[in-house]
Amino acid sequence: MKLLENKRKIRSLREFLYILPFLALVAIFSYYPLYGWFYAFFDYKPPFPLTWDRFVGFKWFQTMVANKVRVAQLLSVLRNTFAISGISLAFSWFPMIFAVFLNEIRSTGFKKFVQTVTTLPHFISWVLVYSIAFAVFSSTGAVNTVAISLGLYNEPKIFLASSEHIWFKMWLWLTWKNAGWAAIMYIAAIAAIDEELITAAKVDGASRMRIIWHITIPSLMPTYFVIVMLNLANFLSNGFEQFYVFQNAFNKEYIQVLDLYVYNLAMGNGGYSLSVAVSMFKSLVSVVLLCVTNGISKLVRGHGFI
Amino acid sequence: MRGPGKKAPRHKMKVSIGDRIINFITYVVYSFFAFVCVYPFYYIFINSISANNLSEKGKVLFWPKQIHFTNYANVLKIPALFNALKVSVARTVVGTVLTVLFSAFLGYMFTRETLWGRKFWYRFVVVTMYFNAGIIPWFITMMNLRLTNNFWGYIWPVVVQPFYVVLCKTYVESTPIELQEAAEIDGAGTLTIFFRIMLPVIKPILATIAIFAAVAQWNSFQDTLLLMTDSKLYTLQFVLYQYINQANSLRGLVNNASGTVDIAASLAKAQTATSIRMTVTIIVVTPIILVYPMFQRFFVKGIMIGAVKG
Repeated sequence: MKLLENKRKIRSLREFLYILPFLALVAIFSYYPLYGWFYAFFDYKPPFPLTWDRFVGFKWFQTMVANKVRVAQLLSVLRNTFAISGISLAFSWFPMIFAVFLNEIRSTGFKKFVQTVTTLPHFISWVLVYSIAFAVFSSTGAVNTVAISLGLYNEPKIFLASSEHIWFKMWLWLTWKNAGWAAIMYIAAIAAIDEELITAAKVDGASRMRIIWHITIPSLMPTYFVIVMLNLANFLSNGFEQFYVFQNAFNKEYIQVLDLYVYNLAMGNGGYSLSVAVSMFKSLVSVVLLCVTNGISKLVRGHGFI
Repeated sequence: MRGPGKKAPRHKMKVSIGDRIINFITYVVYSFFAFVCVYPFYYIFINSISANNLSEKGKVLFWPKQIHFTNYANVLKIPALFNALKVSVARTVVGTVLTVLFSAFLGYMFTRETLWGRKFWYRFVVVTMYFNAGIIPWFITMMNLRLTNNFWGYIWPVVVQPFYVVLCKTYVESTPIELQEAAEIDGAGTLTIFFRIMLPVIKPILATIAIFAAVAQWNSFQDTLLLMTDSKLYTLQFVLYQYINQANSLRGLVNNASGTVDIAASLAKAQTATSIRMTVTIIVVTPIILVYPMFQRFFVKGIMIGAVKG
């Protein structure tokens, strides 16, 4: 009996040894970078190693709120972040409506075609999106050429190297890339609606719009609610790549969101330490947001999403 | 009680007119959405195969003019671009193979009741989905590990993905346990069961993960931006980004290298900033479009599993 027990123990340890290298990878690339947050309390200048005589305490956090130039910069970055996240939140119903009316199309062939081509942009990188934007909206691009030949205006309009409507344009690109993909979830939810419910409504003489309004949309609300909560939890995280590739000297003041600002600070004049301090501040607020939205979710649905 | 009297047919007529209006509007609107998603790709493609002096002036809008394919041959003659293609292919192949193997193995191991500390280590891996140290601490870590300007900097940080591990674990749990038990009675060890029995059985989920991992590797841009200063390690995405911003200076490079710019060479084939950009864009996007049909079969399923577990 004891022999069997020992054998089992040895095997259990051997199995642990098998996964140890992978656990090490997780530890190195996900847990170990957390120590980098210490840099926010030091005056770190790469490539010199971190030493205690460079310890500066909360200096960088004070800089964020004391130095007038930095405060102005941070405020404009927060303004951009709030504006872009706010627009996304305000239009977060779009993929749902997209899915609802896509479902109303009778021809399966056309429906499938639309779904296929609108989901495709989700799988290309932001660099490619930017390349497409450049091709279509540059001064000799398709949009300017067509508009000029139709006589809408005479001189090519500058779309990319300008800060005009930049927040809304960023939302448009985000939607172009992701709306079809985001709609898949709703399409699956619509397919799960009880067929009998709809038949019963039809027998009662309900029109299509009534069925959509009283059956389809209410049954999508739980999914939509989760999406809104996730949107709120990620309010400060707009992502980095989209804004990095679209930024230029003309729109920088209005396109710089927190994620991009953290990068620009570190690579530009701000230095690593200040950048880490800003990103820590962002992480702390994000954790609070996550807890709040999770709490709301618990109140409304009875369970959270973490 | 409304019987099938005279009112009913009229009522039905009314609905069908409303229906027709809705139909018409949805068709128009969704045709517009489809057009907006398809046309840019088509536009860039026809420009990349049209006469370069026309494409540069924006004269190619709906169909190609003076079709030629020399752009593709010429662009691939740029040494930096060909090298970037090799780097991109290498990281996609190596990264995908390792990600799939590691996810499958970890997913399987986390179903083994005998594994020491199974629940704890599973959580240890899965929790990492929910936090992120930020790009600068990550960058400093990579510097400390000597993974900057190092090909493996593209690979090691991303090969253990908690989400894929969860997918594999869920899938293994859905297979009949008798499979493993029977093999164990026959004397098969943990690793034999994994390679001989589990791997073939969980192929469908591995295919899904492979495609997701491959697209992520191919599309990756940020890691090159942060980690690599050695131009030998630049990926296609990164080179494309550079070309968009500085295609003018590149034009001379290509034309000199390919020798198409002696006086007799036709303007239609001399490289322009536009032709280089368009051609490279098509080269970068083609693999995605090629694997996309395979995706479609998988992604709805993949999302559903994720939704149940996430």
